[in-house]
Amino acid sequence: MKILAFTIATGIAVVSMAMQTKPAAVPKQTMENGKKVYDVYCLACHQADGAGVPKMNPPLSKTQYVLGDKKRLVQIILKGMNEPLEIDGESYENTMSAHDFLSDQEVADVLTYVRNSFKNKASIVTPAEVKAVRAKLK
Amino acid sequence: MKWILPGIAVSLLLGANVYGSDSTKVKKKHLPEENGGIALPAGFRAIVVADNLGGARHLAVQKNGDVYVKLDNAKKGKGILRLHDKNGDGVADDVTGFANYGGTGIAIKDNYLYASSNTDVYRYKLNAKGEVIDTANAENIVTKLINRRTHNTKSLVLDNDGNIYVTIGSPSNACQLKDRTKGSPSPDPCPLLDSTGGIWQFKADKPGQSYNNGIRYATGIRNVVGLDWNQSVNELYAMQHGRDNFNTLFPEMYDEEKSADLPAEELLRIKKGDDFGWPYCYFDQFQHKKVLAPEYGGDGKKEGRCAEKKYPVYGFPAHWAPNGLLFYTGDQFPARYRNGAFIAFHGSWNRAPRPQGGYCVVFLPFNKDGMPSGEFEMFADGFAGADVSPNGARFRPCGLAQGPDGSLYISDDKKGRIWKVNYSGK
Ligand code: HEC
Repeated sequence: MKILAFTIATGIAVVSMAMQTKPAAVPKQTMENGKKVYDVYCLACHQADGAGVPKMNPPLSKTQYVLGDKKRLVQIILKGMNEPLEIDGESYENTMSAHDFLSDQEVADVLTYVRNSFKNKASIVTPAEVKAVRAKLK
Repeated sequence: MKWILPGIAVSLLLGANVYGSDSTKVKKKHLPEENGGIALPAGFRAIVVADNLGGARHLAVQKNGDVYVKLDNAKKGKGILRLHDKNGDGVADDVTGFANYGGTGIAIKDNYLYASSNTDVYRYKLNAKGEVIDTANAENIVTKLINRRTHNTKSLVLDNDGNIYVTIGSPSNACQLKDRTKGSPSPDPCPLLDSTGGIWQFKADKPGQSYNNGIRYATGIRNVVGLDWNQSVNELYAMQHGRDNFNTLFPEMYDEEKSADLPAEELLRIKKGDDFGWPYCYFDQFQHKKVLAPEYGGDGKKEGRCAEKKYPVYGFPAHWAPNGLLFYTGDQFPARYRNGAFIAFHGSWNRAPRPQGGYCVVFLPFNKDGMPSGEFEMFADGFAGADVSPNGARFRPCGLAQGPDGSLYISDDKKGRIWKVNYSGK
């Protein structure tokens, strides 16, 4: 019993440590810059709360695209997307426009912001990572 | 206009009073929601005909009272549902289905039921009782219309001369080479207009038609979902979904507020050969004129070629997304409703971050010459509930139909509720 309690306690400690260290790693300034880019270039379609528009624009909350492979995510932003994509059994008919006019820094900021907003929690995206994907697209 | 309290609020209040601390869900469920959760003008009442059908798009009511509903996606192989009311209380107690395709359009005319997928139009023969004779075999009237996902629904309506009108929306916002992408140019002329961005006319009884047999009846129309044949003047009318994204594409010309309030959702009165100006023009309901789109050299004021384009007969608030249009021909509602138009607004998303609008059914009075005779008024409201946003909305009104007794049917494609609105005067 004691051992179990201990294990649980440690577990909680470890998890909460992880939860505390991750967001702390996202500088406030990056979140603010990311939100600025989001409000101008993403909000109209994905909405202020990232919930999207049913059947038109997908949500950005805990989707595999947002939380998953960062290369794929950066590519979606730079190239846009217009192919049947299913999230939780729903498909979306609008077009995601290309955002290659955004700088590496802006893309990194907005994706870091998205990956740490709307109930998401994931690692930051760096300008170097964006740069690498952009180089391959050319 | 007097308003009945929204049903949601009423039943919540009742719930609290009657049951007090007893919070068993089962009991609360027994409380019927007044008017099925929507607010109506005094004297009108709504009942819920059916619920949770799925994405209920347009609907048509047969003379025997059966309601046919088109689903956006077929559920278990059924893309058309038939709602049958056995005991005559207005509530469907027998729901069956057929047609293994999703879509939006549905209409009944001269012993045929017509329905569309996002590429094709089908029709089913009805028997003397108004029932579909063979649900498994439809005539494929129109085929291979363009479906590039955006604006792909094919709404339909029939005239009194054996023709069917099918909307083909442009797969685009403003004909940019890259849709909705800042800085991407819009070619002039817009190459999309030869096969989309208009309404096409086909023969109602000839199978296998496509672009080569159809007539582009009207062009310069970005996207139409709601359309109807106005019987009092024997002409086609349609509601255009106006363009989006002024602010994201041209922030130097349109601030957030302008972008939320422009352009009008246009009610079009359509004669053969009309050109309403998309993508070159849009209707500014504040200046009361069609002006050049910024993609084509516009500055928000210049008219240019738009002076020659056909004007709408009415401009509604921007981005409300008109999905249903119905000219009321019944005599159950008070006389002023006769020949006027009901419009179902699905509700906006492109007004963000400003508050969203729509999520309602409005009424626009008409004179006998087929022109609006006043301003629009709220008819049914409260569909969204507390959270007026596309994702948070409880219901999103989509289709409208008139019953044989002059009642008005409204469909919701969020969950699939169908309301029947009656006038009792009380
Ligand atoms: C014009 C509307 C529009 C704009 C503006 C837009 N998106 Fe999208 N976005 C979409 C649509 C539509 C899809 C789905 C495309 C598909 O199904 O092919 C999508 C897909 C996505 C996806 C992958 C699917 C998911 O939901 O996880 C991500 C991530 C995303 N967008 C992020 C962004 C970000 C970040 C911005 C701003 C830089 C942005 N979008 C701007 C419409 C838009």
